[in-house]
Amino acid sequence: MTATTKNDPEIAALFEAAEHEAIEEKSLGFWTYLMSDAVIFSLLFATYAVMYTRTAGGPAAQDVFDLPHTAWETALLLFSSITFGFASLSAAEEDKSRTLMWLGVTFLFGLGFVTMELVEFSGMIAEGAGPDRSGFLSSFFTLVGTHGLHVSSGLIWIAIMALQVSRKGLGAAVQSRLHRLGLFWHFLDIIWIGIFSFVYLPGVM
Amino acid sequence: MTSASNTQNGYRAYLVGFALAVVLTAIPFGLVFAKALPFGMLFPLIVVLAVVQMLVHLRYFLHLGLRSSPWEVRLSGGLAAIMILIMALGTLWVMTDLDIRMMTMGM
Amino acid sequence: MLGRLTWDALPFYSPIAFGAATFVVLGGVVVLAAITWFKLWPWLWKEWLTSVDHKKIGVMYIVLALVMLVRGFADALMMRSQQAIALNSPGYLSPDHYNQVFSAHGTIMIVFMAMPFLTGLFNIVVPLQIGTRDVSFPFLNSVSLWLTASGAALVMASLVIGDFSQAGWSGYPPFSEITYSPGVGVDYWIWSLFLSGFGTTLTGINFFVTILKRRAPGMSLMKMPMFTWTALVTSILIIFAFPAITVTSALLGLDRYLGMHFFTNGGGGNMMNYMNLFWIWGHPEVYIVILPAFGVFSEVVSTFSRKRLFGYHSLVYATAAIGVLSFSVWLHHFFTMGSSPNVNAFFGITTMIIAVPTGVKIYDWLFTMYKGRVEFSAPMHWTLGFIFTFVIGGVTGVLLAVPPADFLMHNSEFLVAHFHNMLIPGALFGYMAGYMYWFPKVFGFKLDEKWGKRTFWLWIIGFYLAFMPLYVLGFEGMPRRMQHYSNPAWQPWLIVAELGAVVILAGIVSTFIQIWVSYKNREALRDTTGDPWDGRTLEWSISSPPPEYNFAVIPEVHDLDELTWRKENNYVEPKADGQAIVMPNNTGAGVIIGGFTFMLGFALTWQIWWLAVVSLIIMVTALAIRGADDHPEHMVKVEPESGDFLNPAE
Repeated sequence: MTATTKNDPEIAALFEAAEHEAIEEKSLGFWTYLMSDAVIFSLLFATYAVMYTRTAGGPAAQDVFDLPHTAWETALLLFSSITFGFASLSAAEEDKSRTLMWLGVTFLFGLGFVTMELVEFSGMIAEGAGPDRSGFLSSFFTLVGTHGLHVSSGLIWIAIMALQVSRKGLGAAVQSRLHRLGLFWHFLDIIWIGIFSFVYLPGVM
Repeated sequence: MTSASNTQNGYRAYLVGFALAVVLTAIPFGLVFAKALPFGMLFPLIVVLAVVQMLVHLRYFLHLGLRSSPWEVRLSGGLAAIMILIMALGTLWVMTDLDIRMMTMGM
Repeated sequence: MLGRLTWDALPFYSPIAFGAATFVVLGGVVVLAAITWFKLWPWLWKEWLTSVDHKKIGVMYIVLALVMLVRGFADALMMRSQQAIALNSPGYLSPDHYNQVFSAHGTIMIVFMAMPFLTGLFNIVVPLQIGTRDVSFPFLNSVSLWLTASGAALVMASLVIGDFSQAGWSGYPPFSEITYSPGVGVDYWIWSLFLSGFGTTLTGINFFVTILKRRAPGMSLMKMPMFTWTALVTSILIIFAFPAITVTSALLGLDRYLGMHFFTNGGGGNMMNYMNLFWIWGHPEVYIVILPAFGVFSEVVSTFSRKRLFGYHSLVYATAAIGVLSFSVWLHHFFTMGSSPNVNAFFGITTMIIAVPTGVKIYDWLFTMYKGRVEFSAPMHWTLGFIFTFVIGGVTGVLLAVPPADFLMHNSEFLVAHFHNMLIPGALFGYMAGYMYWFPKVFGFKLDEKWGKRTFWLWIIGFYLAFMPLYVLGFEGMPRRMQHYSNPAWQPWLIVAELGAVVILAGIVSTFIQIWVSYKNREALRDTTGDPWDGRTLEWSISSPPPEYNFAVIPEVHDLDELTWRKENNYVEPKADGQAIVMPNNTGAGVIIGGFTFMLGFALTWQIWWLAVVSLIIMVTALAIRGADDHPEHMVKVEPESGDFLNPAE
């Protein structure tokens, strides 16, 4: 078993062919992981529904939800989705600086979302409506908080990808990772649709 | 790597998706703000709009349409949908049934 | 600095706990010392710990499984001994200790014996059966292994530092909540399940993609070997079921660590939701454990009857049906907990329906043997023992599926007998058959047949002696998990059961004797052709052991039972021409992530927050660094003198 140098054009072609197949597999694999994540969220949603009335004499949904706040969060996340889309398109065009610019904008929108959520949570905790107050609040904080943790992980990933793009450029491997990050980011916006539709809107009505 | 027209189509897809998403978000928020309909009518509508918007995201942002994605993606997506329905609806049925029989306070 | 870890955590409070801990620590020290003495660390690191080769990863999984089998069995022997003597007597195990023993026994056997064993078999066999060179995600494969190992390590650590959960392998609240289990035991349990669960989920994703995307040209889905089919369906079950245990253990953890009220007694907690969520995972989990065994039996029956599997299509559909149905029965684990008759009836009916596809499989295997030229090899022994004995357990399951009947037998020894009747002759016999069947492929020599058959007889006789009395005891009203009892009618049966446990102990010893004897006689047992059983599937078309890259030339597949087709059609495989192929690089990231996952779990258990944060950062960093490697692969030239994956030629 001898390894030859990577400078050989035949060898380079070999690596490229292997890489191309691997990219499709990685995309399917990541999508499948997202499906397992969807199951996690669906169980958290189901638990939320089960715990909805279990307020232990404490605050209920109408007492703590702030619809305008949620509307702003929704706008931030939706905008971040489209700006990530623009980042993906720039990457496909191999335009490094525009990719980095759109990744940065996406990051800022995402950071804004997470900040608003932290403000919301700390506000609720300060007025005695923390996750330890009742089963209802435990399930609210856990469902929305899990989504927030995913978004935060996404922000870390965006930062890592920005670093990779600026240092390595937009080769196939980097583009493949950006593609998967895009799947992740858009998936989180889909989950948020579920959150405002099943948690905030009904809670306020 | 992509031609200019592909890119144009790309931008179009994201903008169309965005516009649809905005509309599908504004309607339920607006109706709830305005308290326009009773809960019994509003909630199913919100659910339908949510599902539609999720499909919009899948098609326009993830480029995974119901017909235009690889069969393996549709397989795992379809299985996930079935599993989620079984687990979520099953949970709701079982737990509601238990709540009724336990005559839980604050039901 | 060290959270709630103090010197009190050491097991000086009980001679038995002290003895067990000493044994584990000494064992660990001896192993580490031997590796150091023989200067094996460089070899171990380079060839095994950092390997991303699916065959080596599979071997390591099975080694883990066999080690944990011994640990889990020690727990079983302790329980049987306690129950045999504890008539109107406290026995030798205190109630607290006894509770830990049965909790550890269940957790270990399901999560750290059965899961690694089946995952090990998938790893070794599936890529070889579908004609590919590795799984889709070799690095994640390594991560999965080390995450599983870290979970097992946490359970072992609880023997030495602190103690284990007393709340059973299912961890029901309120007992598992902080109020009633304020110690570290439940936390060890939560983290070992939560963290190893990620590893298992990654395995499910890995094999799902591998099987769908990496089959050799010509191998349509309906030309896949049955073992690969069961691997595919099992992977799908893993992907969709494991999120439920992730959620369940996380919510319990949130209750315990952050004072939340998911399952607390008061504060709006809903304890029944724990049972609901736990068994949404728990039931598919037992199908995850059994389907690979069914896959092994299909391979073994077909090979040793020298006949194509009867009803291949029905076997595939039955497997798929079992997969889907397994998500529709979970409430049968808590029929007695207050649901209305309609709910119980629904789940009772689905439970009865799910027995049908398994019945179909039994008939398919029997018809495969009918008019075949049956060779009673060791793997075939396990298979025949399974067919007969598993059916007994299956029908007791149908009995339990009837809610009014279950009201009498729930949580009695009848239930214990039933599920062991499924798990031992079902799952474990399947893994043992697979282990003996595929051993020559991995190591290049067969296992000693005589000792293989002795192992089987000891196990099956031991099983009948240990578990048939439990059916009787269940009918006589004995509940499960009893540390002592006062009904003298029970004791004779428990003594018989204890005898059975001793016979199984002999079976386990026999397993290790078989390894020793086979290794000593390996030249006589050498597999020189790569096809020691006159096999029917692709894994037998390559050398034993295979080269690192499995196939010199990616095979073209023409039929189900491709190798048989080739033998019947005098197919000549195209020769390897020294072409270059791409193979993934070894990496330390997997074992490092595993090691720090253990630290994370340990730190969270003992509330050493700074250590938890540091471990998490290191894990993420290792992942990010490895993830940034654009070309984690190297080129290999395919040459006949390449050596095999255990002894690569330099």
